[in-house]
Amino acid sequence: MLKKLILAAPLAAMLAVPSVEAAEKIKVGIVLTLTTPASIMGKQMKAAYEVAYDHLGGKMGGKELELIFEDDGLKPNIGKQKTEKLVKKDKVDFLTGYIWSHVLGASAPVALKAGKIFVSANAGHSLYAGKKCHKNFFNAAWENSQNSMAMGTMLNQRGVKNLYILSLNYAAGKQMVTGVERTFKGNVVGKDLVPTSHKDWSAEIAKVKAAKPDGVFVFYPGSWGLAFFTQYKQAGLDKTTPLYSVFSVDGANLPVYQKRKMKHMIGTFNTMFWAPDLDNAVNKRFVADFAKKYKGQIPSHYAAQAYDSLMLIAAGVKAAGGDAKNTDAVRKGMEEADFGSVRGKIKFGKNHFPIQNFYARQVINKNGQWQLSVRQTVVEDHAPVMSNECKL
Amino acid sequence: MNYTLLAEQFFNGFQLGIILFLVAAGLTLIFGIMDLVNLAHGTLYMFGAFFASTLVAVTDSLVLGMILALPVMLAAGLLLEFSILRTLYERNHLDQVLATFGLILFFNELFLIVWGPEGTGINLPPYLTGTITLPGGITVPEYRMVIIASGLLVALLLYVLVSKTRVGMLIRAGASNREMVGALGINIKLLFTLVFGLGAVLAGFAGMIITPITQADSGMGESILILAFVVIVIGGIGSIKGAFIAAILTGLIDTMGRSFIDVALLQIMDTVAAETAGPAISSMMIYILMAIILAIKPSGLFPPKGA
Repeated sequence: MLKKLILAAPLAAMLAVPSVEAAEKIKVGIVLTLTTPASIMGKQMKAAYEVAYDHLGGKMGGKELELIFEDDGLKPNIGKQKTEKLVKKDKVDFLTGYIWSHVLGASAPVALKAGKIFVSANAGHSLYAGKKCHKNFFNAAWENSQNSMAMGTMLNQRGVKNLYILSLNYAAGKQMVTGVERTFKGNVVGKDLVPTSHKDWSAEIAKVKAAKPDGVFVFYPGSWGLAFFTQYKQAGLDKTTPLYSVFSVDGANLPVYQKRKMKHMIGTFNTMFWAPDLDNAVNKRFVADFAKKYKGQIPSHYAAQAYDSLMLIAAGVKAAGGDAKNTDAVRKGMEEADFGSVRGKIKFGKNHFPIQNFYARQVINKNGQWQLSVRQTVVEDHAPVMSNECKL
Repeated sequence: MNYTLLAEQFFNGFQLGIILFLVAAGLTLIFGIMDLVNLAHGTLYMFGAFFASTLVAVTDSLVLGMILALPVMLAAGLLLEFSILRTLYERNHLDQVLATFGLILFFNELFLIVWGPEGTGINLPPYLTGTITLPGGITVPEYRMVIIASGLLVALLLYVLVSKTRVGMLIRAGASNREMVGALGINIKLLFTLVFGLGAVLAGFAGMIITPITQADSGMGESILILAFVVIVIGGIGSIKGAFIAAILTGLIDTMGRSFIDVALLQIMDTVAAETAGPAISSMMIYILMAIILAIKPSGLFPPKGA
């Protein structure tokens, strides 16, 4: 008997220690793209999560917080593997991050099946805003077509009558076009969707010149934007035709445009739910602390979304009294979303996508640093169009 | 029909053809003479873009930077051939594909680490940023004209080299019958090294002259590589003349497809269907061309004699 007890004691101690620790700590798994040329966004988002961590004092609902970062390498299968690893091996309580719709599409079911709460910090998969909405799925960014719908409205407000549309020929690229066409009231005088392997727009730019529109709408994120905007200027179009863009000119790539001296980007307009100079106390603190953490840079909207994602989770945990395992209480707290958001205020629809304002933003040169500045509110309290398809 | 637009698109297609020719010329020689499937040929194009970007930034001169980048490209090509590719000549095509694919991954990642995810680029000096207006109101960016002119010059030099010099004679002989050239006592190893170095310089030159337009990023070589393979298959593997004609043809057809297919489709179908089919068909055009040519002439338009 005694012998058994002596043997059992260390065994019990061994078992007990990690389980106590697991109960004490709240773990958040974060999947981002931290390699490949797309890592410009991912690295900013990582820094923003760290700023949010600091602002939370490294705690959620009074318990110690641990962030575990993983890299998806821009591949759905790797994103899925990393999600499985976070769920099974690290036993995280929440999953967030996810920049790409196709990575999210492969990964979210893994987390949701395991009963975890999943917060997309960027990918605005339309299906999850409508038919595939899920009680444990939140999005702290937007639905894919929302921003270009705001752009269409802004073009109406700015009196653009004839528009030429340029985008990329893949799912998100088409959703951007659908969005702008849904709200834009003038004529679409031309439209080209180019393959993603495309880096030379000579043919399309000649067509734009011949069509003589009074505005060009583009969706060319990342390195496509860099190449396209260069050629736009070389063709002399920057002097005749204003550029309007979505997800192509942002805080992540403006420093690159500035480094390459692409001065014609100054003054161009785009739309977004947020800007670094959006006037509220939380945003001011976030922008200032982000610059301290990340090379003196001004955060992009990607970073803002990442910050809000972690704050949203924190609001849920706080409402549940620190019990992250009580998913119902956490979810209820997240739905109420009573926290300081960089957006000023934030509220969620029944599909758990934000209902939010969209702003016209213009590129300015302020104190030698190119940045985006809010010009006016384009739409207020905008919800994804497919919200009604959600049966929650 | 808008003739100004048609003429502008002709220039654009021609310019794309010139770039494709510069990449395909080296590829077709390396494949045709050395029987080496070099998937990393696009990587050499990327080398040119990044080396020239850095040298232009250092020297603060577009012309000087690009001229200095040429010997660097030659050295890089020779080094690559000497250190790695030389061991692959005796292997079968599958081994070559695997090894050169490995080189692509290695260099893409290396360039990402060295130059960062945002890549690099070249800013055009003010004297090249304008547009040229030709008779009839046709406007072409000055720099695209420079690409066309310099590409044609290189094509001319290559023609002289291949058809008028002793080295060129050996290259042509190598493309027709490799074993016989070796049996006649020609130093085939040296010839291979020279051909690879020449191919590297040509691909690098294409990469550097396109960079002011497309900018340079890691992985830029892969999309051009696919097009270059289409070109050499159409032109006939091992033939410089075939590569030139096929490259111009491919450039023109691709550009014209992107320009006019959607308009043409609108005549026969409704807007939604035309908008869906347009981009799909225009990006298929060159592959359709390749399929047609392969069906009629399986060894390409201008197969080297004896091959």
